[in-house]
Amino acid sequence: MGLIQNFPAVSILLCLFAGIISSGLKKQAARYVNTILISGVGFLSLCTLMYILETGEAFVYVMGKFPAPWGNEIRAGVLEAFMALFFCIIMLLSLAGGRKKLADEVEDGKTFLYYVLMDLLLASLLALVYTNDLFTAYVFVEINTIAACGLIMIRQNGRTIEAAARYMIMSLLGSGLLLMGLCILYDLTGHLLMSNIKEQMGWIYLSGQYKMPALVTIALLSVGLAIKSALFPFHAWLPDAYGYSTVSSAAILSSLVSKGYIFLLIKIIYRVIGFEVFYESRIVDVLFAFGLMGMIFGSISAIRENDVRRMIAFSSVAQIGYIYMGIGMGTQAGMEASIFHILSHAATKSLLFIAAIGLTDVSGGSRQFIELTGSAYRNKWAGVAFTVGSLSMVGVPLFSGFISKLLFAQAAVQNDVKMLPALIVLGISTILNAIYFMKTVIRIYTPVEEHKYESIAFKNMKLYVAALLCFIILNVVLGVSSQPIVDLIGQGLAMFS
Amino acid sequence: MGANLFSNYGEAVAMILFGIGFGNLLLQNNLIKKIIGLNIMDTAIYLFLAEKGYIENRVAPIVTNGVQSMEAYINPIPSGLVLTGIVVSVSVSALMLSITIRLYQRYQTLDLDEISTRLKKEGL
Repeated sequence: MGLIQNFPAVSILLCLFAGIISSGLKKQAARYVNTILISGVGFLSLCTLMYILETGEAFVYVMGKFPAPWGNEIRAGVLEAFMALFFCIIMLLSLAGGRKKLADEVEDGKTFLYYVLMDLLLASLLALVYTNDLFTAYVFVEINTIAACGLIMIRQNGRTIEAAARYMIMSLLGSGLLLMGLCILYDLTGHLLMSNIKEQMGWIYLSGQYKMPALVTIALLSVGLAIKSALFPFHAWLPDAYGYSTVSSAAILSSLVSKGYIFLLIKIIYRVIGFEVFYESRIVDVLFAFGLMGMIFGSISAIRENDVRRMIAFSSVAQIGYIYMGIGMGTQAGMEASIFHILSHAATKSLLFIAAIGLTDVSGGSRQFIELTGSAYRNKWAGVAFTVGSLSMVGVPLFSGFISKLLFAQAAVQNDVKMLPALIVLGISTILNAIYFMKTVIRIYTPVEEHKYESIAFKNMKLYVAALLCFIILNVVLGVSSQPIVDLIGQGLAMFS
Repeated sequence: MGANLFSNYGEAVAMILFGIGFGNLLLQNNLIKKIIGLNIMDTAIYLFLAEKGYIENRVAPIVTNGVQSMEAYINPIPSGLVLTGIVVSVSVSALMLSITIRLYQRYQTLDLDEISTRLKKEGL
């Protein structure tokens, strides 16, 4: 066993230990530990990715001394390592972009706790990505929820505490269903490791027995994870949680936390239930339908919103709808499009949140559209970044959003039954996206006569601008050289089975 | 199907309790009642696991009197899962209770909807 095969387990353990150590450190030190940790874990993930690409096959790392059907395992393939690397990049950039705001919004004595939560969040995300054991996945889902709740609540005002309460309630409903699903699955198959369960599920499916329990399990797992990742009818907590928490939290919640759950769902579909069994169960149609509804209703709510942060939050609902639509198509191409959209949305949404905070800061802290008029002249970098993010969300070529829309459309064409609704809703949703994002871009570039607010000098926001530039580069890279990444996703999905 | 339901009454009860807990967590307005619902829901899952893990005429897998035959004991994994689940459930309940205390200190009410309406009035 090569040295590199230890890296996934080591990175999870490093994050957990960093969390414990940071809880005894001062805020400066905790921040250094956190930054070094995220970069280090990113580097380890990169090494793992290179190693897997070189050997051409996924590897399994046995945790502890017990072999396969009893012990706990970690499994790393191309997609897992790539996701871990991508999550680290987004997290690092979001933290850098929101650092100044964090100092303003969080009590000085509590800043170190923010980094503790961030370490634990990274640990749980990595565990969700890498684990090969369903019950471990459940435990880390809960750790992820608790850390995310802390991230919402760390900025103390009535709104955030209420949002955290609502977030917790929805999440707990989701994890209750997930746990019930896992228990029935364990009862059906007698295993907890994903590969063993899949073998048994194949037998059960072929023998035609236990049709009903299998269906109930699939439904419970899908609905549980859909609730946790804020699919359309379950999104009530989302605008407050994203709209009022501190900006790094909002960026990380929208681009990483919900994506972690979706990635787990995709992993369950491929590695636990089996793609064919899942497709036969017709649950895909339910996910497809709710995805389509989310695309429309999320965008309509965003148009009606008068607060820029909440508008971006509602746009997340629509984008999660896109991802579930891709999953619901039930084809390989749809799944590839969904995974690409996970990447593209993560890169774009965190960019938008961080750019929006720059714009509201030069408008007296107000987030109402009327006050934002002309703010792009007062903070030029944030204006440019917001425009790039908006164009990418609308789906203009050169940026990542275009590629994911293209992939979705291509996937839709391959599916006879779902082609028409998918393409129509994709079109409508694009127009709605264009309405609210372009409205905002036009407003921030509308010149104002009287100068009510000060503009901000470049030297006061070097780190912020650097983070925005990195996000823009990431977006353009995803948009221009998408083919290697799509190939990588395809390779990763092939490695799942 | 009906006959199975009767012989598996433990699992049936667990499912009913799960439903009750889920409904309470979803529909109650009072935060404390919601947390009680959460606990009923989680406990129902542990009941289900324990019920499924039990095999008649066998005992808990702790070696006593030197009996080492596998036939004498039940599978320890469901019990282990229940223990892990309890730990998770305790920490989540504690977090929910602490959020409830924060909200009560600010708004002197446990009704989540009323808190929302007041927040809208404050216009924060």
